[in-house]
Amino acid sequence: MQTPAPVDYAKATSIADALAKLQAHGEEARVVAGGHSLLPMMKLRLARPDALIDINDIPELVGIKVVGSEIVVGAMTRHREILSSDILSEHYPIFREAERVIADPIVRNRGTIGGSMCQADPAADMSAVGSALRGNAVVVGPSGTRTVPLREFHQGPYETVVQYGEILTELRYPIRPGAGSAYEKVERRAGDWGVATAGVFVVVSGGVVTDCGIGLAAVGADHYCSPQGEASLMGKEPTEDNLRAAAAATAASCSPNADQRGPVDYKVHLAEELTLRALRRAVRSSQGA
Amino acid sequence: MQVTITINGVEQSRDVEPRMLLVHFIRDELGMRGTHWGCDTSNCGACTVTVDGDTVKSCTMLAVQANGKAVGTVEGLAQGGELDPVQKGFMECHGLQCGYCTPGMMLQARWMLDHNPHPTEEEIREGISGNICRCTGYKNIVAAIQYAAENPATSEVPA
Repeated sequence: MQTPAPVDYAKATSIADALAKLQAHGEEARVVAGGHSLLPMMKLRLARPDALIDINDIPELVGIKVVGSEIVVGAMTRHREILSSDILSEHYPIFREAERVIADPIVRNRGTIGGSMCQADPAADMSAVGSALRGNAVVVGPSGTRTVPLREFHQGPYETVVQYGEILTELRYPIRPGAGSAYEKVERRAGDWGVATAGVFVVVSGGVVTDCGIGLAAVGADHYCSPQGEASLMGKEPTEDNLRAAAAATAASCSPNADQRGPVDYKVHLAEELTLRALRRAVRSSQGA
Repeated sequence: MQVTITINGVEQSRDVEPRMLLVHFIRDELGMRGTHWGCDTSNCGACTVTVDGDTVKSCTMLAVQANGKAVGTVEGLAQGGELDPVQKGFMECHGLQCGYCTPGMMLQARWMLDHNPHPTEEEIREGISGNICRCTGYKNIVAAIQYAAENPATSEVPA
């Protein structure tokens, strides 16, 4: 039987209230959102916070909306809402494609995008999507609000720039007219973490790639992205040869670990193949085919 | 910590430790053993209940997080002495063998049909992908859910 260690609990009613409660409970207090990463970690005693500050019933943290030239997603927005969001799938089908293969419908009813980002699991699909799209995180703390590029948000496995007393409140993704996007994942069984995943966006204009982003999870890509793969494709015609070269450059920039999900060479192979498949589909979609 | 949770329409108040998981609150505090406790790791779905209408794995939610909310369990599926169509389907189509996964499976099936009354076989399989059955190979579970979709309760049939 797995049970968390004794812990205090307080429910926050607003962002300000959550910040105050984090302060009051000290450095070993943790924010609990959907709880589908933190509670399993607590049950395994890998995490042992003194107090949980529950942000589940803070309406200002929930929702998906277009603000100016960005899509703003509240940190408490649940995976199910991201999967079914018309706004996200209109601008970036990568969200729906990734969400379809995140865990299972029951877990998606509860788990949140903010929780996933803050858990910072090396295999987290939403982290790969966020890095591919070069989104930003809005972090609020006692000394104010700061905006952090998602490519600088993660500092390593299970570690982010969110400091004690701070809360991730929003994720922001720039809208890129004409962008195509796609997500590819190989998993051992339905709902598992990926063996490898790749998610991309591409903007093709005037016959050449004018903008692109390549995100990866579970393959040891720094900050879940491959600037090397992107550099290989920028300004080029999106020919099969050029896509293959970009996929190869992407795979070369990954350094996965061997584990129960597969050996290193297999994961590198997957990184290349999945990047190539995602690029092909994103290019077709950007060209309106 | 004092919590009040409405289970299948009945308010229940208890004093619990914040670390108590919802599944243990339901089974041990309330003695309602219809909700099964399986893998303990959010994988198997045996402990699936509804919280404010949406299915949740109750091994991955604290009882204190359900304070003030409405929880539904398998004991509340039948209405007015009449089995839910999902329950009838599992009976008619032999949708269970050992029965361990059945409560969670049926609650997820009910939730799925509430949101998509006419699912394809693929949608059913995707819908129950968070519920693991080690006996049936899923074929009869899918058939049971198809039966429920084809034979909704009379109250669900539009006049």
